[in-house]
Amino acid sequence: MPLVYPYGTQHTPTMITDLARRAYEFRLQVLRMVYAHQTGHLGGAFSVAEILTALYFHHLRVDPADPSWAERDRLVFSKGHACAMLYTALAHRGFFPIEWLMTFRELNSHLQGHPERQKTPGIEVPAGPLGHGVAIGAGMALAARMDKSKRRVYAILGDGEINAGVIWEGALVASKFQLDNLTAILDYNGVQQTGTTVKVMPTEPIADKWRAFGWHVIEIHGHNVAQILDALDHADEVHGKPAIIIARTTKGKGVSFMENDPYWHGSPPNEKQFDAAREELQAEVTRWQN
Amino acid sequence: MAELIRETWGAPYSMRKAYGEALIELGKTHPNVVVLSADVSNSDHSGMFEAVYPERFFNVGIAEPALVDVAVGFANSGYVPIANTFSFLFATRALEQIRTHLCYGQQNVKLAGAYSGLSDSFDGPTHQSISDIATFRALPNMAIVVPADPIAVKKLLPKIVEWQGPVFFRLCRNEVPPIFSDVYEPEIGKGIVLREGTDVTILCCGVMVARVLQAAKRLYEQGIRVQVVELHTIKPLDKELVWHCARATEAVVTVEEHSIIGGLGGAVAEVLAESLPVPMERVGIADTFAESGPYPELMDKYGLSVAAIRDAARRAIARKRK
Repeated sequence: MPLVYPYGTQHTPTMITDLARRAYEFRLQVLRMVYAHQTGHLGGAFSVAEILTALYFHHLRVDPADPSWAERDRLVFSKGHACAMLYTALAHRGFFPIEWLMTFRELNSHLQGHPERQKTPGIEVPAGPLGHGVAIGAGMALAARMDKSKRRVYAILGDGEINAGVIWEGALVASKFQLDNLTAILDYNGVQQTGTTVKVMPTEPIADKWRAFGWHVIEIHGHNVAQILDALDHADEVHGKPAIIIARTTKGKGVSFMENDPYWHGSPPNEKQFDAAREELQAEVTRWQN
Repeated sequence: MAELIRETWGAPYSMRKAYGEALIELGKTHPNVVVLSADVSNSDHSGMFEAVYPERFFNVGIAEPALVDVAVGFANSGYVPIANTFSFLFATRALEQIRTHLCYGQQNVKLAGAYSGLSDSFDGPTHQSISDIATFRALPNMAIVVPADPIAVKKLLPKIVEWQGPVFFRLCRNEVPPIFSDVYEPEIGKGIVLREGTDVTILCCGVMVARVLQAAKRLYEQGIRVQVVELHTIKPLDKELVWHCARATEAVVTVEEHSIIGGLGGAVAEVLAESLPVPMERVGIADTFAESGPYPELMDKYGLSVAAIRDAARRAIARKRK
């Protein structure tokens, strides 16, 4: 299996299966990171696993040997709390040694509790305070247009994150300037820190909201790698407006007792929970291997 | 040194027009500069840039957090964005964006803060900006530059663009007399001795520099020798010069169009209290909101009069002689 599947619209069953398996391997890695230091965010990291895997191992044009390559695609990871999964994807893509991963959130680590661009190769902007992704992405997309560059901008948002007003300021800006080189991806897992999005802050009808703001909307199953790959290609072909992929996901995906439970937004597992989670995730890896 | 200040001050000239003209000049020499606005470009005169370089001007609407975030996107892509809105909005609405991305994320974004101090005088305290320096000074990696006259606006803007890292450029709205001659060449981070004296040093910034020079002249007639130092850069502060002045005159006064809490006075007090305490007086707005009214009278009422500066100098000297 190649490390990276070359950019293109051909998505073979082998490639899809391989990427799906990697997403579960990355979940196992994130589980170890959060368990080892008893700190970090599992739920939102697990829900975004396939999305990040599809981007970093196929769709994004980036160069781990030259993270500041001017013509790279930009990924703004706006839901910064889920960064354990981002770090895992970056390390396996070759941006930094995989050994760094187990230093997550330690003193003197390259991997801060939330993303930071000075310490971690491959990070574009800090994240954690929610809501920046769309407006920063709009600035990057305007810059790419001024440069007459084909580089594209991707912003990964949380569904709780879109409670923030600045998200919608950015949505207006991207629409006004018809930024068709910008793709937002909404990790719509339906759960935020203290409860379900329905209970905490109802945001439905989400697709209609983005359409009303002038965006092209694509709705997919966010753990289905084939759908993610197709949606990313589809969004690249939208003209005259920005696109958003609304990816229906499951918070805590892959571990039965973590799924859809707000407790697992920011709580680490104990030993028993760790063992149970590891077993379930390992079973998924094995299933995708066969 | 004396030739830094014009013998006869020029006729009052609009600071915002000077800024607009400076932006146009900058556009000629710096193709990587883009100008962003939160829909006040006919107030702050950044619209003068738009008229010449429409393809490098972006109005994001009345959305200051997005203004800063869009600028971050440009900076990340190699441009030098100059974001424009009122100072109080940068220091309040957009503060989280500024802290997270400009200061922590070290993005090379310049903030042109319009209508600073009391200069939006008639619009009143909702629009006046009297605590922005205190707010920004506490943020790591932020530089703060305050031009004193239209000449300084034009001389400092290119240096701000060439400075690596975020800068808050604190601009006055109104017409003020050009005081500097053509040989005035400010460097970011370096204070400038504008007038020598032995009895007391007045450290000042912004349009208050002109008032300080007036006060120094009157005090000279009364036999008091005032050293006048312009600290156009509040951060990074020219600590060496502050120490040198404190040693030389053994009394200092700070003068600024800002709250006495946390601005230039606070910065100087921090430097001197730890290493070289000398009698010190702060001239500024006394921890209160101001009100609507004509600019010069408003400044006088809220503690920034020439007389208030003279009194502060005399108090500092008197304390020294005890």
